[in-house]
Formats: sequence, C-alpha cells, structure tokens
Amino acid sequence: MEYVIMFIAAIFVNNVVLSRFLGICPFLGVSKKVSTATGMGMAVTFVLTIATIVTFAIQKCLLDPYGLGYLQTISFILVIASLVQMLEIILKKVSPSLYGALGVFLPLITTNCCVLGVAIDVIMKDYTLLQGIVYAIGTAIGFALALIVFAAIREQMELVNIPKGVRGVAIVMITAGLLSLAFMGFSGVDNGLNAVFAN
Amino acid sequence: MQKLSDSLTNMAVVLTLIAVITGGILAYVNHMTEEPIANVEKQALEEGIKSVMNDPDVVVAQTIDTTMTLPGTDKESAFTIYSINNAEGEKAGVAVSSTTTAFGGDLQVLVGFDNEDNILGYSILKTTETPGLGAKADKWFQKGEKGDIIGKNPNDEAFKVSKDGGEIDAITASTITSRAFLLAVKRGYLAYKTACEPKGPVVSDTTGATKSTPEKETQEKDIKTPKSK
Amino acid sequence: MNKYFEYITNGLIKENPTFVLLLGMCPTLATTSSAINGLSMGLATCFVLICANLVVSLIKNITPEKVHIPVYIAVIATFVTVLQLILKAYLPEIDKALGLFIPLIVVNCIILGRAEAFACKNNALASICDGIGIGLGFTFALTALGLLREFFGAGTAFGLTIYPENYASLLFILPPGAFITLGFLIAAVNKVRGVSEQ
Repeated sequence: MEYVIMFIAAIFVNNVVLSRFLGICPFLGVSKKVSTATGMGMAVTFVLTIATIVTFAIQKCLLDPYGLGYLQTISFILVIASLVQMLEIILKKVSPSLYGALGVFLPLITTNCCVLGVAIDVIMKDYTLLQGIVYAIGTAIGFALALIVFAAIREQMELVNIPKGVRGVAIVMITAGLLSLAFMGFSGVDNGLNAVFAN
Repeated sequence: MQKLSDSLTNMAVVLTLIAVITGGILAYVNHMTEEPIANVEKQALEEGIKSVMNDPDVVVAQTIDTTMTLPGTDKESAFTIYSINNAEGEKAGVAVSSTTTAFGGDLQVLVGFDNEDNILGYSILKTTETPGLGAKADKWFQKGEKGDIIGKNPNDEAFKVSKDGGEIDAITASTITSRAFLLAVKRGYLAYKTACEPKGPVVSDTTGATKSTPEKETQEKDIKTPKSK
Repeated sequence: MNKYFEYITNGLIKENPTFVLLLGMCPTLATTSSAINGLSMGLATCFVLICANLVVSLIKNITPEKVHIPVYIAVIATFVTVLQLILKAYLPEIDKALGLFIPLIVVNCIILGRAEAFACKNNALASICDGIGIGLGFTFALTALGLLREFFGAGTAFGLTIYPENYASLLFILPPGAFITLGFLIAAVNKVRGVSEQ
C-alpha cells in the first residue's frame, strides 16, 4: 500500500514540474505539440528509471563503502550522460522503431535536471532500491502527464487571440502557473490516503 | 597553440587527466571542509537542544536512535531521543527528533518535553516545505504567538488544529503544514513514551553521550499496531 | 577594454539569461520564494559560471573535439561540488535553504551553454567578463523575482516587513505564483526592451 501511495504522491501531489520545478526547460521547450510531448515523456520515463537504478548502485556499492560521498554530483552526472549516449546506441541497433520514436529526445535528456534531481533525491531521502524505483517511475509519469496536458493546452491557445503584451513566453508562463494551481488541488491527498489505509 | 586532434590516445589521455585532477581537487576540498561541516552539524544539534529545553546549561545524558511503527500508520519511522540532564545532573526531560511528511516533503522537528510531558520548546530541523510557509512554523507555535503550544501536553484530546476540533490555531492558509507539524510533535511524544517509559527514568550518566539502539525492544513493545490488514 | 566592459553589460541586459535567453528556468522558479534566496542562488551560480568559463577557456586547446562535452561537464561538476562543500561548512543556512538545487547547478543550461557558446572560443579574460556579465544578469533576475514574490506573498522585502502579512497573498510564494510572476515580469521586460529598441 505504501508504494501505491508513494506512486500517486509522486505523480500528482508533488508533481515534479509543477510543484518541484524540476525539468522546466523541456517542459517549456518541447510542449508545443501533444505528439512530441508524448515522445519526450516516454523517453524521460525510460531514462529516469534506468538512471535511478544505476546511480543507486553506484552510491551503495562504490561511493558509500569507500567514503567517496563528495564525488556524488560529478559521478552521477557523468553516468547519466554516458547512459543516455549508450541508450541511444543500443536503441538504434536493437529497436529502430523505438529509436525513431524517442531518438531525437535522448540527447536533450542529459541536461534535464529532473533525472539528476531524482537520482540525488533518492539518496538524500534514504530510500530502498524498490522505493527508489517506484518514486522514479511515479516522478517520470508525473513529468509526462504535466508535459502532455500542457501541450494540449498550448495547442488550443494557438486559436485564441492573446493580448499583445503577454504574447510569447509570458503567456506560456502564466498558463503553466494556472496548471500548477490546478495541481495544488491534490495537496494533502497522500496524507489522506495514508490515514485511510492505516485505520 | 594547435588544437589537439581527435585521436584515440589523445582522448584517453585527456579524459584520464581530467578525472585525476578533478578527483584530486575534490578529495582535497573534502578533506579541508570535513571538520567544519561536522562541527556545524554538531553545533546546530546542541543549540537546537538548548533552545527546545529552554535552558542554556543542559547536557545530553543519553542518545537513543530507534525505529518503530506508531499507531495510525503502517510505516516504520526513525526517531532520535535525547535524554537531557540539567547543570546539576538531574533529569530535566527529553528532546525528541521526529519526522513526518508535510505539504511538499519531509518535516523534521526537535521537541523538548519536561518531566511532566509538557512541551518546553520546539525547533524545525529540516523542512522541504515551500520556504516562507515552513519557515512560518518556526515562529507560529512559539510562546505568546498565535498558535502557542508551549506548556501543552501532546497527549491531550485538544492537541489538534481548531479545524479538527482542537484548541490550536493553524497557520493562516497552511492547515496542512500545521497538521503535519502537530503530528510530528505528537509522534515524537509517542515514540519517547514507547521507547523510554517501561524502563523507568533513565539513569543519569554525566560522563557523556552513550549510544544504544534498542530496536528489538521497541518492536516487541509495539504490539498495538497489527501489521496485517 | 571597452570590449570587455561590453561583455559584462551584454549579459546584464541585452542577453539576460533569464528574461531574454530563457535559460536556467528550474532554479529561477524554485529558489525565488524570497529575495535573499534568489540572491544566494544567483551568486552561487555566478561563482560556478565564472570559474567554469575560466577553466574551459584555458583548456580549450588541449580538449579533443569529440570528448569536449564530458570534459566540460567534469569541470563544472567539480566547481559545483567545491561550492557545495564550502557552503555546507561555512554558510549552512544557505545550503539548507537551497538544498537540492545546489548540486543541480551542474545541469543549469546557462553554464554548459556559455562554455559551449563563448568560453571555448575566447581567451581567459573575455571568458571571465562574460561569466561575470551573465552571472550578474542571472543574479539580478532571480533577486528581482524573489523580491516581487516576497513582497506580494509575505509583505516583506529581504526579510523586512513592509506591510502587515494579513494583506499579503500567499499564492505568490506557492509554486503557481512563481510561474505567474515570472510571466508578467517577462512581459514587462519585453515591453521595456521593445521601447528602447525603437
């Protein structure tokens, strides 16, 4: 049960983009069309899950036993960067169709701070591997959800007459603010669920 | 200077060099800052304990790190219980550090209790709350403020926010944070009761902090929470 | 000398990383719940940016083209970790307030972006000037945003009470307020820039 609540909390309550501000760059950059947003969302889910497992292993098997905690940032970012590169090569060979769908997004993911953010978060919060994986998948789905919903809104906005002063990035920001406001409605849901299932 | 070509040897040499240099720099800086960081953490804890016990001369007599499953949840949580002596070596009470999930992450508080289980003071150790909101809890529940909890006993029925039928005013527009805060205090209290009470008052030990981990004991005592659903 | 001065002013206004280039949005939104937080984040980024720019411009000739990205990332990550350790040791309050966003300076696209676009093509002094300019521009933007959010959300500026908190709207401090305030701030900056260009 604990895992289900954690999963729901990661998607809705503490949405990675709208309430924790991780991964804003792709959120603003790749959200003009629903189709590209879906592709990006899937690519991030894929990379985030694998990256969390790999960085978790590095932290527990290499950094912790040898007291090298201070190398965390540098090793995590290099691992994520090479992981993304490797995934790109493997996907190209093994599954060209998947590569066709995700390929263009992969290089963008290295600088997506939600991957590094979640990897460090899992260590900081002292999760077990299973908790970490659930948290990573939940967070990634939350990212994909926010991205797709936002893209759908932006597609609609193409048809609207926007006041001249806020055209461009300004209206995008304000829309994101309203979406974030909507997601605030989920706050406290995880504590409520916890209470319900505990009794 | 000519730009280095992309030969395999060049790349390998440059990457190895970079790795060695960065590793060396970081090891050095880490070595330099290790002591100040440990001091800062130790000092923060000491100051925290002094402030929540409302007495600048207290000494930590015993430190107990424990995990237990409290009634009302199905999760194990970690608590640290500091048994506190005053300057004369008499038991002054306990300070408990307790964590709950609040609005946007973990909320960790340190609460001081006197020997009659009344709250002496509290301090927020860690919050991932929206800054400004969590920070408010730092002052809101202090003595003389709107949500004053000092001197109250967390075991009281009325130890709840007024919205839930209690007598404590929640922080304006932050009911969830306030609930989480009160819950953290109450859980700290329960943990202290479960871990320490059956053994009677802790024997004073002025020679310094002793560390014990009575994990097994607390689990056995904790029969109130059935694991199976 | 004029050229170097221009690099600095360029980053402050014409190529302001936040308002104009729209880079580094994550820390911009996440750490600006108060003016002081915004200022500390800006200065922290500024430090890493100047150091990384300097080192990248110094090693640009011994870096083979194919591995330049990992090399730059390693340089940036080193400075970020140094900063993180120093803050933990000597300024624990700032470390506590910024939390996860200190290690995340590594993936701030401004820094890798400046290394790629400027430092690897220019000499050391020019790179430092560029780092100062862009860094101060970023700091300025974060402080402004933090100040606005703090003013409307808590009735204070840099912690000093300006008007009673009861009249403030908490929304500005909450996540939605970050997006909305930044949106209007960008609109305002666009307006000002549009006027000055005419």
